[in-house]
Amino acid sequence: MNMVIVGLNHRTASVEIRERLAISDARMGDALFRLTNDPVIEEGVILSTCNRVEVCAVVKDTHRGFEVIKKFLAASDAKLSLESVTPSLYIHSSSKAIEHLFRVASSLDSMILGEPQILGQLKDAFDHAILHKTTGIILNKAFKKAISVAKRVRTETKIAESAVSISFAAVELAKKIFGALTGKSVMLIGAGEMAELAARHFVGNGVDSITIANRSYERAVKLASTFNGMPIKFEAFEDELVKSDIVLCSAGAPHYLITREAVEKVIALRQNRPIFFIDISVPRNIDPEINDLDNVFLYDIDDLQHSVQTNMATRQKEALKAEKIITEEIVSFARWFKSLDAVPMIVALKDRAEAIRQSEIEKMQNKLGDLTETQRKALEGLTASIVNKLLHHPLTALKNEVHSKNGNMILETTRKLFALEEVLSRDKTEKKED
Amino acid sequence: MHNVLFFKATLLFYFLGTALFLLNLWDSRSERAEGDKPSWPQRFALFATAAGFVFHTIALGIQLKEDGYIPLADLQEAVSFFSWAIVLVFFWIEIRYHLYILGSFILPLAFLSLISVSALPSEVTTLNSTLLNTWFGIHTILSVLGIVAFSIAFLAGIIYLIQDRFLKSKQLNSLYSRLPSLDLLDQWNKKAILFGFPLLTLGIISGALWSQYTEGTLWGKNDSKQALSLGVWSFYLLVLHGRINIGWRAKKAARLAIIGFVGVIFIFVSLKY
Repeated sequence: MNMVIVGLNHRTASVEIRERLAISDARMGDALFRLTNDPVIEEGVILSTCNRVEVCAVVKDTHRGFEVIKKFLAASDAKLSLESVTPSLYIHSSSKAIEHLFRVASSLDSMILGEPQILGQLKDAFDHAILHKTTGIILNKAFKKAISVAKRVRTETKIAESAVSISFAAVELAKKIFGALTGKSVMLIGAGEMAELAARHFVGNGVDSITIANRSYERAVKLASTFNGMPIKFEAFEDELVKSDIVLCSAGAPHYLITREAVEKVIALRQNRPIFFIDISVPRNIDPEINDLDNVFLYDIDDLQHSVQTNMATRQKEALKAEKIITEEIVSFARWFKSLDAVPMIVALKDRAEAIRQSEIEKMQNKLGDLTETQRKALEGLTASIVNKLLHHPLTALKNEVHSKNGNMILETTRKLFALEEVLSRDKTEKKED
Repeated sequence: MHNVLFFKATLLFYFLGTALFLLNLWDSRSERAEGDKPSWPQRFALFATAAGFVFHTIALGIQLKEDGYIPLADLQEAVSFFSWAIVLVFFWIEIRYHLYILGSFILPLAFLSLISVSALPSEVTTLNSTLLNTWFGIHTILSVLGIVAFSIAFLAGIIYLIQDRFLKSKQLNSLYSRLPSLDLLDQWNKKAILFGFPLLTLGIISGALWSQYTEGTLWGKNDSKQALSLGVWSFYLLVLHGRINIGWRAKKAARLAIIGFVGVIFIFVSLKY
């Protein structure tokens, strides 16, 4: 019995392969059924996102398990063959598999380090598997642990903090100037892709009024309709400045469109209400000198990029702390995982019973006083026979059932029923000292 | 004189609180989100401040009991009450808004004001019975509370200028990320002055009534203090007018709150003479 992971991600496979292997939510139940159809697979979860497709499984035999999962992945698209997929796949087993799962959940394996979506996707994948009853005691524990590790990483490190994209950086800055962005108005001068993306982020953060000035009026109208915004003629942008709290300029003009004099007038008309200019055009379209004016804040593309890079560097530093947390957590998980082995469980159970028997005999001897040799032997024989008879069926069941479908559950139940955690972990530390 | 002992304990703990809060300025951990527990260094700072506040309250209580009147008769007592009230405001802000970072600004102010007056010799040992007038009590409590509000506006102004500097110079460091938004600071500035102004107004009126009662004239002998108070009062009136009618907000409002507070300090100092 072993835990394995077979999969591919943005580093090992091109998007052409990833999109062929991807499994949509609608097809997930079917895929899980197909995966766990082979008796070697005891439990399985499939994680499929745009950057990765991974199968996490508990298998009876590691080598056979790998083969079955590889075939399963290759079979998801008729145009793929085992040979064409294999070079893109990575395989992990036992503690490496656990480590990989924890790293994925904590977003250490993501394309954008620390991005928060992966945890939600992992939870969804787990939920699908629960729904289709393809998880058991091991993957349940492993995924719950992975989720809690990810949360620990999130709270104890700054890996998910601060913006690592230009448009997010702009939103964060706006929040530091205006507080909540509800009720604020944004004007886009130029309606390119970048402006659209930034506008989307602003709307997502509560901005409800968007004005769009663009040289091509049709494009302005088209973009405005997606945000419920207001398109205006390009020449009219200067009159709109007074009403705008945030101005995003990506007009691509060869000269300054917004001059110091214009902004001076605007800020007086706005009665000193702060105004935030974002100039992502190259060459710049806003006179950099306006940053010297009170209550005017100007960030150009380099400023934003610089802030993104600093944040990215912070995340990389924080990733080291996160790896440390993961190492810690693997140790505790691996201990539990090993305890699911039947042999130490049987030994522990016998030890526990023997210890109880010995201590009870001792108590009895204290009460009865000196016993003759025959009496002592009779007492020994009686107690030993009770213990053995009592343990006979549980031990046989453990030995026989451990390789069955419910084996892990029986092990876990035994451990709980007889409170063997203590005995099992004590065994380990003693062995270490040897 | 148990209260001397308690005052010393207060000073000690406010000092500790100040030191820990200032150290926290360099703590790169982020400000905690709503519902999160404070980190250990933050808890130490909060604990020291809370301990200082408890001792301070006890000391003031003892003084009230021993003297039989509200301990606000001289500069020393007024400042002591001021620093007690401003720490109380800090706890309110911390509990209500989780803006722990403000401790790094409020605590130094509380500690500095307390230590500066404790260096002065206590002069009022035999208190003129005229001081025990009700009007006097009302006058001093209202005035000090007004001043507490103005000092909050002052601190909001200082933090505003710091945050404005960070944004302008594009130094987006960890302190920047922990300080509140410019808008929030401007709101506090406004609210604090709106709150403090009527208190000061009533404080001045009750002071004049007290003067009428004791000296038979609304404009007492201590006219330098009264002139100063009126000056500061007019200044804040102007600031409020400017904010509401002319748009003196944001950076300008921050600067004005700082200037106003300098005047407030002069009122305090003039109490001495």
